[in-house]
Amino acid sequence: MLAVSGLKTAYGRIPILHGIDLNVAEGEFVGILGHNGMGKTTLLKALIGLLRPTDGTIELNGQNITRMPAYKRNLSGVGYVPQGRDIFPNLSVVDNLKIAMAMHKVDEEKVLEEVLETFPRLKPLLDRAGRVLSGGEQQILALARCLCGGPSLLLLDEPTEGIQPSIVEEIIEILHSLRTSRNLTIVLVEQNLDFIASLSQRVHIIQRGQLVNEVSPDQLSDPDLVREFVGMGG
Amino acid sequence: MDTAALLIIEVLNGISSLALTCAGLAIIFGMMRVINFAHGEFMMLGGYTTVVATNAGVNIWVSMLILSPLVVGVIGILAERFLIRFFYGRLVDTLIATWGLSLLLIGIVTSIFGNYITGVSAPMGNFSIGQYQLSVYRLVLIGLTVILFAGIYLAFTRTKLGLIARGTMQNADQAAALGISPPKVYMVTFGIGAALTGLAGGLLAPISQIIPTVGFTYVAQAFITVITAGTGAITGTIVASGVFGTVRQLVTYETTPIIGGVALLIVAVLLLRILPQGITGKIFRRSL
Repeated sequence: MLAVSGLKTAYGRIPILHGIDLNVAEGEFVGILGHNGMGKTTLLKALIGLLRPTDGTIELNGQNITRMPAYKRNLSGVGYVPQGRDIFPNLSVVDNLKIAMAMHKVDEEKVLEEVLETFPRLKPLLDRAGRVLSGGEQQILALARCLCGGPSLLLLDEPTEGIQPSIVEEIIEILHSLRTSRNLTIVLVEQNLDFIASLSQRVHIIQRGQLVNEVSPDQLSDPDLVREFVGMGG
Repeated sequence: MDTAALLIIEVLNGISSLALTCAGLAIIFGMMRVINFAHGEFMMLGGYTTVVATNAGVNIWVSMLILSPLVVGVIGILAERFLIRFFYGRLVDTLIATWGLSLLLIGIVTSIFGNYITGVSAPMGNFSIGQYQLSVYRLVLIGLTVILFAGIYLAFTRTKLGLIARGTMQNADQAAALGISPPKVYMVTFGIGAALTGLAGGLLAPISQIIPTVGFTYVAQAFITVITAGTGAITGTIVASGVFGTVRQLVTYETTPIIGGVALLIVAVLLLRILPQGITGKIFRRSL
């Protein structure tokens, strides 16, 4: 479904990604694990099209989308949940959801109903402004908003960052059920070992802008291996 | 009694002409954060459109309500495409670029129409309150201003296009990741802001004198009002126009228009000293 080869990007003249190769098959759930500053967010931004690659190619379902702007990628089925959620602060919760459907040819009422069924936590919050929600609620909203556009490929950037464990559990459950019910393909970048291990089928380690290793999720429970691969305390 | 009625109408007139002057800028600067120094010239072009079209035999209402916004809207979109879009997010650069645009527009209009005062007479005649004669058009203008602002507010809060515009102004990257093309939204929103400015220029043409440099008289007060409005660009502009329009008109009534303008400035400075985030920043918090 997604084929990335030799992808390089830079912020100004500082290179961040040094040639990423990544293949994701349809229905697959791939985790990318790494420290802060290793290029996780940069990789996802390049995949959704918010950063221009300096080299390499990105293909989606066989189509070269390397130069395609972000909005067209989203309309082609790529959903993106950014780090920090990026909820529209001055739009109400329901408007945050509606704006995600505005350019998609969908039945708004029906999609809204479905999404609220998946995320019942949002129901009592619909009229609130996005900015007053808690971090966990915002994360749920960001996920729900992304699904409103009916994506087939979901890019998730550190969805567990700074939110309470109960909501992390909730998100894991929802993503598991969505994968089967919607046939979603997911690329997740994280530094939360438990979260990435409980969701991913395979995990790539990213270090200094390169994918250095591939491990299976159960290996992440071995502290020595993790320390060796990631340099993270397991 | 007659004097009181006259004064109330004068104050409402002051508020509505100030609010009209600010409508387009509330969108272009208040929402988009683009410092459009050519705002006054957009009004001037709206005024000339109405004067030229009406003198050429077009119905004055068609000139004011359709031609002026159309012509200036198109000019606005061209300015956005060929100039302003290269400077988004760069406040000082935008200021200089649009200042250049302002001088260019003044130059072009002067070379076509010459540096003369022109104008068009107000439609609808007069009515009297006691011994005073007042123009019916000024009353209509108050009503039109109310309708215009209600329309802008509803368009931004109740329509899909309004939702898209508000979201894009809050976070363009995230909007793009949801299938919205920010460059298109900026172009259309700028065009709408310009069209509203043209409409204001057209509507104010019958009660003002038009010369190529008339923009100068609008631009300062418009910016002061929209800055005072704060984050809630539309509601803030209505409130700020209400305060400043009242002050300016009452002081003008007691003294002269120049002192009225000075009073507006003093109140603006005081207000921004007390409420640096603008009227809608702290109290009266609104998002539009």
